[in-house]
Amino acid sequence: MRRHVVIHRPAAEVWSLVGRPDRIHEWFPGITSCRVDGEERVVVTGAGVAMAERILTDDPLLRRFQYRITAPLFRDHLSTLDVIELDAGSCMVVYGVDAEPAPLALVIAGAAGEALANLRQLMEGGL
Amino acid sequence: MGRNILFVTTDQQRADTLGCYGGQVARTPVVDSLAAAGVRYQRAVPQSVVCMPSRSTMITGQHPSTHGVWMNGVPLPPDAPSVAEVLRSAGYRTALVGKAHFEPFLDPFLRFTENSLSRTGTAPPGGSHRGFEHLELATHGVVGPLHYARWLRSEHPEAVPMFYPVLDADLGVNDLGGGDTGAPQVKVNPVPRGWYHTDWVADRTIAWLEGLPADADWFCWMSFPDPHHPWDPPQSEVGRIDWREVPLPAGFPGDRAERERIIDAKPRHWRLWYDGALVSNYEAPARWVPATLTEDQVREVNARNAVECELIDEALGRVLAAVGRRGWEADTDVFFTTDHGELQGDFGLLFKGPYHVDGLMRLPLIWRPAAPTAAGPTVVTTPVGLVDLAPTFCAVAGVAVPEWMQGSPLPAGPGGGPERVLTEWDSELFGVGVHLRTVTRDGWVCTAYRPGTVHDGSEGELYALDEDPLQRENRWSDPALAAVRADLLADLWDSQPPVRRPRLEVEAPV
Repeated sequence: MRRHVVIHRPAAEVWSLVGRPDRIHEWFPGITSCRVDGEERVVVTGAGVAMAERILTDDPLLRRFQYRITAPLFRDHLSTLDVIELDAGSCMVVYGVDAEPAPLALVIAGAAGEALANLRQLMEGGL
Repeated sequence: MGRNILFVTTDQQRADTLGCYGGQVARTPVVDSLAAAGVRYQRAVPQSVVCMPSRSTMITGQHPSTHGVWMNGVPLPPDAPSVAEVLRSAGYRTALVGKAHFEPFLDPFLRFTENSLSRTGTAPPGGSHRGFEHLELATHGVVGPLHYARWLRSEHPEAVPMFYPVLDADLGVNDLGGGDTGAPQVKVNPVPRGWYHTDWVADRTIAWLEGLPADADWFCWMSFPDPHHPWDPPQSEVGRIDWREVPLPAGFPGDRAERERIIDAKPRHWRLWYDGALVSNYEAPARWVPATLTEDQVREVNARNAVECELIDEALGRVLAAVGRRGWEADTDVFFTTDHGELQGDFGLLFKGPYHVDGLMRLPLIWRPAAPTAAGPTVVTTPVGLVDLAPTFCAVAGVAVPEWMQGSPLPAGPGGGPERVLTEWDSELFGVGVHLRTVTRDGWVCTAYRPGTVHDGSEGELYALDEDPLQRENRWSDPALAAVRADLLADLWDSQPPVRRPRLEVEAPV
């Protein structure tokens, strides 16, 4: 599954939030808190579910963030966030999700779509 | 005081499960008596044969293309138009008790109000949600964070594992078999009847009604989750009907060769699903192969389905008695319908999907008006749609039908009603896309297939309802009907409703 959004702010500015794994709860609705310890991150959802994740990539040059949910419900998972510069004042953020079982990809992507819309609002409205 | 509206829906119920529609298995005296006193619609057609699009049509009075909920998993936007909001603005007290499903169930982030509300109570933030000031929500068994599941987990936690596990470990619809025959989605459920969701929905409806002032105008949508699968009614009630004595449905060709001949004359996805070679939608177990369905399994599913229909009937009787105790009987219009049907053995299939045939498309719809109509108790044989419900509620309440509603008030007697009824199906899931458009009019059901994963856009189905009420013989390619087909197709495409843009995203499988 894939979701994307165009944000009329510089890529570096958007990346300054997206590239911070400890700030995901600031822009991802339904994640109420998170804790980062090295490559491990635990997010807590609105339903009170704690989901353990492993951070795979956090590349400020490529502006790519990748993580894998390691919670038992998932047999496999990979989410990739890319912040792609369009011009000096705008960028595209792409959120790709692969998951097994497949229905979970829909659930994550659905939430990611809302998160991207929220991210745009946050960035274009000013942090 | 105006006319109150009790809007009763079930989930996935065929018309022929009720006595007043010729059903022979379940005893449904309460619904039958409503039909005998009011208007029974002989051909009520849904605008979608799955839950979320169909329910969104009921609340908006719009076709799926327009309200935008084009398949399960697409949430109806919170600011979508709502007949409940129209009535609330007109001074009605409003409630929805039971299954809503305008928003996806699979929601670990609790993004949707339907799923988050039970944490805080029954009054949504801001005073209403979709026009309802009171929501107490339930679905099949102990699924999700809805009010019923929260209540059962809190008050009767020992009952939680008694219910059938609707989803499997892969979060797909479970194919686990049970009962005496191993039929999918069947389980012996030892839950006491009083804890089962059907009686809970009635209890909570009665509680809300009893809390209203005597002079209130009210609109209550009481929405039973049954008889939708799983078929796991309380074990104490299963003995009402011995599945061994249940006749095979008329739509189930007992001879396998005949069954497969019929299916092979329909577009390809029918046979592909039957053989387990294609799963086009989430609503049926992906691992279940319909060709394995036995006669005994059909009997057992139908017996358990009938038990669930009887429990609904009895629960409705209790609610109507409560309405009577409040002195509202003569002021209350009662509507009874469902969101879509169930294949329930027709063509050797169960559940639902992109199959616009009688089992899924002919619904119970009964209107017992508060005041007798000029026509008196009657049967309307012309097709009507669920899209006509919202404007009917407006008419009952004496408020103008908003322009955004696409249906028309239901005819209260023979004659009138819409010229045509439209149904649509779109699904794009796990790489498989299926797209159908159907028109029901003049005694015909005509379905055109748009290009998709297994269709090139030339396929279709055409049935004469009088000659072939169960849609066994597809006459799409019958040269003698070429002109009929052309006329119906022209009308179908000319009548398509406006399409919401941009298209809403699928945000969960269901």
